Amino acid sequence: MNKIEILVIGRHPEILQTVVRLVNNNPEWNATGCSIDEEALVAFANNTFRLVLLGGGIEKESEDKLCNAFRSLNPQITIIQHYGGGSGLLSAEIYEALKG
Amino acid sequence: MAQTVLHKAETRGHANHGWLNSYHTFSFANYYNPERMHFGALRVLNDDTVDAGMGFGKHPHDNMEIISIPLEGDLEHKDSMNNVAVIKNGDIQVMSAGTGIFHSEYNKDREQRVKFLQIWVFPDKKNVDPRYDQITLNADDRHNKLQQILSPNPEDEGVWIHQNAWFHLGKFDKGISTEYNLKAKGNGVYIFNLSGDIKVNDQILNTRDGYGIWDTDKFTITAETDAEFLLMEVPMLG
Repeated sequence: MNKIEILVIGRHPEILQTVVRLVNNNPEWNATGCSIDEEALVAFANNTFRLVLLGGGIEKESEDKLCNAFRSLNPQITIIQHYGGGSGLLSAEIYEALKG
Repeated sequence: MAQTVLHKAETRGHANHGWLNSYHTFSFANYYNPERMHFGALRVLNDDTVDAGMGFGKHPHDNMEIISIPLEGDLEHKDSMNNVAVIKNGDIQVMSAGTGIFHSEYNKDREQRVKFLQIWVFPDKKNVDPRYDQITLNADDRHNKLQQILSPNPEDEGVWIHQNAWFHLGKFDKGISTEYNLKAKGNGVYIFNLSGDIKVNDQILNTRDGYGIWDTDKFTITAETDAEFLLMEVPMLG
């Protein structure tokens, strides 16, 4: 079974690591974590993500640049803000986002 | 006309981890109910009991306003901003997680359990500097009247958060009634009944029932028995 690929972007390395680990706790999901915009752009270009989670610390300018780039490559991509930082909200946020 | 939603206590999500017994008003951790995601900016209302000597190990948060209200017992708080504090019954604690914070919460008491409310509110701005605060409330200030315990304003009564929200506690004797006037247009109020029975307009709430009301400027609360309750006024968002 193909896993649902999720790109997680966040500036705080430990929180990013936590979010990636928690996403990967679900056997149906696979997370790729990036803390730098350029890494995220390369990862997005080379993978088929269903969902992008924007974590904490991403400046407005970066967020706009990333979202525009992602949508130009895949207009259907779902991009959501992840609130809470690897908290009890994560699974519900992803389920809601994947509902479309 | 006012819109309302009733969440009876027994319909909440429930997770018993042994050391932690938690009731979730809204989807949290393994409890996922698409009909119970949030009430406006109010995203988490967890009614937690932590066993003696147990607690939440170090874990991160970002971009969330986190409020803790101990109802019984004491919790020791430590965080990555070097804050070490004990929050007791009668206190209220607030954290703006902002760009990121790590913290732990432990019940250091070897005999007594801790009961506390864990409340999370979406912030009105992202990536703020993390901050922590706690204050001790005067219980007399909510006897038969509403006591403001949280607002958006650092200079106002209670703690403050990055959101256009106001929280009040009330401890009413049977028969006492009051009117609550909403502070901001577009806000709604989630009422969580801590004990006893109250009536909000015509709706009876029993212990631990929750009731959301919006598209209104005011409502009436009446204590049907001696009762304690929490009002959380928050923006209703989109």
